[in-house]
Amino acid sequence: MGAVYALIALGLTLVYGVLHIINFAHGACLMIALYGVYGLWAALGVDPYAALPIMIALMLMLGYILQRYVINRAGHTRDERVLLLTLGLSIIFENLALILFHSDTRTIETTYSLQTIQLGSVMLSLPKFYAFWGALGVSAVMLAIMKWTDLGRAIRAVAKERVGAKLMGIDVEQVYAMSFGIGLACLGAAACFLLPAYYVNPSVGNGFIFVSFTIVVLGGMGSFLGALLGGLLIGVIESLGGLYLGESLGQVGIFVVFVFFLIFRPQGMFGSKS
Amino acid sequence: MKDIKFIALFTLVLATLPFLTNSGVVLNFVVMALYASLLAQSWNILGGYSGQFSFGNAVFFGTGAYVQVIAQMHFGLNAWDALFFALSLSAIVGVFIGSVSFRYGLKGSYFALVTLAMAEIFRILSLSVGFTGGGVGLMLPLNNTFLGMQFINKSGYLWLILALVCSTLLITTYIKHSKLGAYMQAVRDNEDAAKALGINPFNVKLFSISISSVVMGAGGAIYVQLFQYIDPGIAYGPQSSVEALVAAIVGGVGTLWGPIIGATALLLMSELTRNLFGQIPGINMVIYGLVLVLIVLFAPSGLSGLGLSVRALFSRSFSSSRSKLIEDSPTHGGKG
Repeated sequence: MGAVYALIALGLTLVYGVLHIINFAHGACLMIALYGVYGLWAALGVDPYAALPIMIALMLMLGYILQRYVINRAGHTRDERVLLLTLGLSIIFENLALILFHSDTRTIETTYSLQTIQLGSVMLSLPKFYAFWGALGVSAVMLAIMKWTDLGRAIRAVAKERVGAKLMGIDVEQVYAMSFGIGLACLGAAACFLLPAYYVNPSVGNGFIFVSFTIVVLGGMGSFLGALLGGLLIGVIESLGGLYLGESLGQVGIFVVFVFFLIFRPQGMFGSKS
Repeated sequence: MKDIKFIALFTLVLATLPFLTNSGVVLNFVVMALYASLLAQSWNILGGYSGQFSFGNAVFFGTGAYVQVIAQMHFGLNAWDALFFALSLSAIVGVFIGSVSFRYGLKGSYFALVTLAMAEIFRILSLSVGFTGGGVGLMLPLNNTFLGMQFINKSGYLWLILALVCSTLLITTYIKHSKLGAYMQAVRDNEDAAKALGINPFNVKLFSISISSVVMGAGGAIYVQLFQYIDPGIAYGPQSSVEALVAAIVGGVGTLWGPIIGATALLLMSELTRNLFGQIPGINMVIYGLVLVLIVLFAPSGLSGLGLSVRALFSRSFSSSRSKLIEDSPTHGGKG
């Protein structure tokens, strides 16, 4: 789970790092992506892993449109306004899903969903094994895009110095919308890896939103490396918490880490002081 | 003062309502509107006047609700004494969260996220410990007496909640006009400038969150008196936080009447959608979300802000002093 968490958090931290907004609808967008994968599988018989390019493209478009035509209008002045706006969006998405799909929890069954793989002395379920390496792979691709392509350079330039980037001829609005799109594309990829080992229902995003906020805070807002390591760390904390404190109380560990870091080290492990 | 006169009029009109009508629908609507107003008022004191946007007011709501039930069931107190403890404990929780997060200078979205996380922590804890009844929840035994604070007809509830809403209106008026209130608004508008003038933002915010948490705790206590049931999802789930915040924002952040206008407008709207679409689960919340998005995008100072700008449009032509007054009133849009 840790690597998938990392991928989800990577999307969130990208949006924060570039646009300086906290996307509260991140969990709801993950829910949309999960339904997308489920829909492709149920209606067209597309294997979740084969759906990867389709979902990345679809979520990229959704993010682009959302940022360009909705979120952008709130401006970038007061961050609470954007937080409220994305809260509103997540309420809408979640309850639209409730109306369309009802509150049933759905899973998909593939030939490999119950297979396991032997690694030394541990047994791993095959979908989780794929999810781990797949999520790491997509994260690596994303980091490469950020580092070596023109788009990545433009995004980093805007994140560092918006006015300067504008003066250099970068279309800032375009970069904002693309960053938001890539942020959601991470969710599209995460959903493809997640669904074979997980489930989907309209409120599934809530479980992830705190985890990904925690990872982003832990790793430092806007830090990619921090998001990756934070994701893996939170995966471990969650498993250990569940093991020693029981399933329900174990989650408290994540929130305690979250509050602790927000209060005492809001710049995270790797973040620089803003 | 003008505000006081309006509050007196408002209270008088609503208090006499049970003598004018026997319609259960009308009384029930007014009770629910007042209850929603109370939650919104709580949010408005902290978010509107001090600029600290809380996403987790449920943490006070749930504490008020649980203390109200537990004090009656396990300690045998009457409902009025229980209310005293419910308010006190909510205040303690408020001061605790406030002192921890304000001490370390959490602002804006960070503060919002911490309050949200606090509500989640309380929710999981209340699921896990014994005295809250866990996931089964707690049922307040029926006790239709004055001491039990449960009433057979709605008018009793109406007067009770009206008294609370009216007190909160008076507190808000005091905040609006007192020195302390001026400090709060200064901290909201520019914390650094306020600090430079010798205001201690920490104390001001702490005062604000304690008042806000008491009012929200009262909302929680009223909830259990009305519905006689509470469980961790209702107490600490996001529902009450969202209701408080959306109503306050729709009505107009940082205004005296905004929360009441917003809560009433939202309740009207949700009744309308219920009539139009029947019982489709979720449709209500979709409308809530849509309204929130539209207000944030197009009318950041809320419904009362819309009213103000219409008034400003009319009065600008003949009275410059009047429109100056309107320009001075707090807005949250545009420049920040």
